[in-house]
Amino acid sequence: MTMTSETQTTVRMPQTPLAEFWSYFIQNRGALIGFCFIVFIVLLAIFANFVAPHHPHEQFRDFILVPPAWAEGGNAQFWLGTDGVGRDILSRLIHGARLSLLIGLVIVSVSLVLGICLGLIAGYFGGFADVAIMRFSDILLSMPALLLAIAIVAILGPSIVNSGLALSLVYLPHYVRLTRASVLTEINKDYVISSRVAGAGALRLMFIVILPNCLAPLIVQATLGFSNAILDMAALGFLGLGAQPPLPEWGSMLATAREFIQSAWWVVTFPGLIILVTVLAFNLMGDGLRDALDPKLKQ
Amino acid sequence: MSEPIMNQTASAESTKKAPIMSGVGLKQHYPVKQGFMKPPGLVKALDGVNFSVEAGKTLAVVGESGCGKSTLARLLTMIELPTEGELNFEGKNLLTLDRETRKELRQRIQIIFQNPYGSLNPRKKVGSILEEPLVINGKLTKAERKERALNLLQKVGLKPEHYDRYPHMFSGGQRQRIAIARGLMMNPKVVVADEPVSALDVSVQAQVLNLMMDLQQELDLAYVFISHDLSVVEHIADKVMVMYLGKVVEYGATEDIFTHPQHPYTRALLSSTPRIDPEHRIEKIQLTGELPSPLNPPSGCAFHGRCEFANERCKVETPALKDKTGESSVACFGIDENRLPYIDR
Amino acid sequence: MTETDKSLLVVHNLSVAFGTKDNPFKAVDRVSFHVEEGEVLGIVGESGSGKSVSSLALMGLIDFPGRVTADELRFKTTDLQTLNEKARRKITGDEISMIFQDPMTSLNPSYTVGNQIMEAIEVHQGGSKKERMTKAIDLLRQVGIPAPESRINSYPHQLSGGMSQRVMIAMAIACDPRLLIADEPTTALDVTIQAQIIELLLKLQREKQMGLVLITHDLALVAEAADRVVVMYAGQIVETGPASEIFKAPKHPYTQALMNSLPESSEGKDRLNALPGVVPGANDRPQGCLLNPRCPYATDRCRVEEPEQYGPRGRQVKCFYPLDESGRPTV
Repeated sequence: MTMTSETQTTVRMPQTPLAEFWSYFIQNRGALIGFCFIVFIVLLAIFANFVAPHHPHEQFRDFILVPPAWAEGGNAQFWLGTDGVGRDILSRLIHGARLSLLIGLVIVSVSLVLGICLGLIAGYFGGFADVAIMRFSDILLSMPALLLAIAIVAILGPSIVNSGLALSLVYLPHYVRLTRASVLTEINKDYVISSRVAGAGALRLMFIVILPNCLAPLIVQATLGFSNAILDMAALGFLGLGAQPPLPEWGSMLATAREFIQSAWWVVTFPGLIILVTVLAFNLMGDGLRDALDPKLKQ
Repeated sequence: MSEPIMNQTASAESTKKAPIMSGVGLKQHYPVKQGFMKPPGLVKALDGVNFSVEAGKTLAVVGESGCGKSTLARLLTMIELPTEGELNFEGKNLLTLDRETRKELRQRIQIIFQNPYGSLNPRKKVGSILEEPLVINGKLTKAERKERALNLLQKVGLKPEHYDRYPHMFSGGQRQRIAIARGLMMNPKVVVADEPVSALDVSVQAQVLNLMMDLQQELDLAYVFISHDLSVVEHIADKVMVMYLGKVVEYGATEDIFTHPQHPYTRALLSSTPRIDPEHRIEKIQLTGELPSPLNPPSGCAFHGRCEFANERCKVETPALKDKTGESSVACFGIDENRLPYIDR
Repeated sequence: MTETDKSLLVVHNLSVAFGTKDNPFKAVDRVSFHVEEGEVLGIVGESGSGKSVSSLALMGLIDFPGRVTADELRFKTTDLQTLNEKARRKITGDEISMIFQDPMTSLNPSYTVGNQIMEAIEVHQGGSKKERMTKAIDLLRQVGIPAPESRINSYPHQLSGGMSQRVMIAMAIACDPRLLIADEPTTALDVTIQAQIIELLLKLQREKQMGLVLITHDLALVAEAADRVVVMYAGQIVETGPASEIFKAPKHPYTQALMNSLPESSEGKDRLNALPGVVPGANDRPQGCLLNPRCPYATDRCRVEEPEQYGPRGRQVKCFYPLDESGRPTV
């Protein structure tokens, strides 16, 4: 070969996609803060048994509605105070993180996996499969999300699993549409055709060749979906259709605290605050992911 | 309907060397929706095309956009199946074979695309892009696959350390080398190259063309080289097939076509190609008008609307591809009727 | 031909830099050329040579973070650098026009062709709607569009690539510009259509005695169409001169290599004379002459020192050892 100098490598070794993504991601301060907070919450949830000062269900009959430690009449034993039956709010929040994150994770995973499969089928095969899947998701989309979830929970009976299922179904169409749209833009690209020429079958084309190139928007949507799931779960919990007492779920904590809104502000404030901050963290991270993963925003 | 005239040509050649791949009467028609309540139209992307290519030789398919050359590439690699016609590979009709044999033979026909930025999966490393065909079809172990990939990387002028890189880290020319290496992974006999160098810079274009010619010699590959760039075709091709609106208008040895173009369209194409050396330039023939829509092709000879020599017969009758001297054939009434002034006899 | 006070456009040491202040990447590096009335200047180069960026800089279309500097940027008697943005836009619209590579994306798909031409006329010349309509039809006729009265109501997607490019040309000449910059005007088109469009551009250029800057990667096209040629490599001009001289006897090794790598130059040979390597990118520009890693004649001097422009005005070459008539380097 005479063209050896063609292969002269550049001085700077090009970055791998992951390294490139990370360098873009950490440039976004909001995303980084969101990411750090999420890591913190996840660690709390994992080590809840060791971190939480009390058992979430343990009722301290002598300390009902104790204000936070720094407030007047506060008790150093209960940093964020106690609720109407004397349970430590901090402990309940920490254990609640476990529950809320787990629910978010399950809901997002279920709807993501199902959505990807349906979207791939719709986009790849087209025709009747496409029409059937897309009309089904149109129907789901045409109903108000929470109302649909309430209806499903009402049929299946109120429990944390059922409300999780209901919410997965509610979020499903977003993932289906997103996947299908990306599949349609990728499917006619030359690299897909060259895999076909190489003899790749439908499954390989769908999951190994095309899917990795559709993942970026899905990851973003999943992150944002996480915060939605936590919020909607809290809403269902607040309506009494989600987690049942005495499970320490953030939404149901808010619901049971309703009667104390006037008298004991801390019982309502802290669950509300943690929902707010967690959701915000996920949204910040989702935006950061979008910026870092979208090639159009890079030069 | 064009008779399988070129088949005779092909059989005449076969006394010398049997073509490794040939097509007879290939047609590809697509129905097109024309709107609500209107009958669907029919686009004749390919309308009765015969071709043949021998091992170690290059058949160039030339024409402008919409002439059907890319459709032909898709048929040859069986990305699409033709509406009608025969596609022979090593003497067997690919279209009538059972699935297994077809899948087997299909691996011997590979394709290289025009745009090296779209033809490599951006999320995969070069190594796994190269090995994909082997993973799908082969029974090789992981180590054997890697060995073959490294071997071919070196053969196309890249280095072993490129094995672990992603496509976006390469320049256009290097990507096209990777695409070529990938095409060669399954030991193909025929490589269909769909405008393989049009997206590259001139200097890089020459590198890639040289590489393709080297590989052809070394591996006895047959190329079906699809291009709109006549200067490239002149250099690389042995036979040239000029297409216009889904039909072959002229076919022949490269030298004949470039020195004595017969069909008025071939002549116009040649004269439109810019040349550096004033001595290479020939008088510009300005074609009036544009390529007609394949959805609504003109009657008679498809070229008559843009042809300065067209007469009444051209508007009504469709000329068939007729054998001329040697191995060339032309589809033009003007030649039969001796009314093309530039052909001296 | 050298620049005079009568020159239509004079560009002196134009540079465009991207990247940070400490580590700038000069996409265009001290480029000087001039265009006269009624002449065709060809700018050739491979991708990454800076030919398009220079034309965008001329039109004032380089946005932050690009930084444009020049010793002189004069159109007729106006110094473009001293103008404020509004005044500059007026000049670039009225007297300098530009045509881009992809006609399909240069036209707004939501408006009819007539609408877009009439808007171009309105912005710069005004006139009643009826006058503008007549003018638009006349323009379409000038650029060789059949049945302009009906075509004027077409949407861009109803036109072929060649027709769209003709519409783009009609819009570009709507205000009778003195200078037309065509950036790869035919790259996206078929050969026979390319021939038509180039012929049309040259015809309009002759009729209106415009200056035409033809930017392309296609050497042969420039050889056929241009009066004078500027060859660019990695942001710098490496050779300038009359087309007839440059393509007969190139003086810069790069021009020679480019010409040799065309299939046309290797007729009857098995292999093409490829120029090894690629145009250096942002991070791997070599020291000294930018061509030195690819140049067959490079010496140690080329690897350290950067050559200047040598030779008489109008026929310059940026090489220590310009090639002689027989194509060998002079020492």
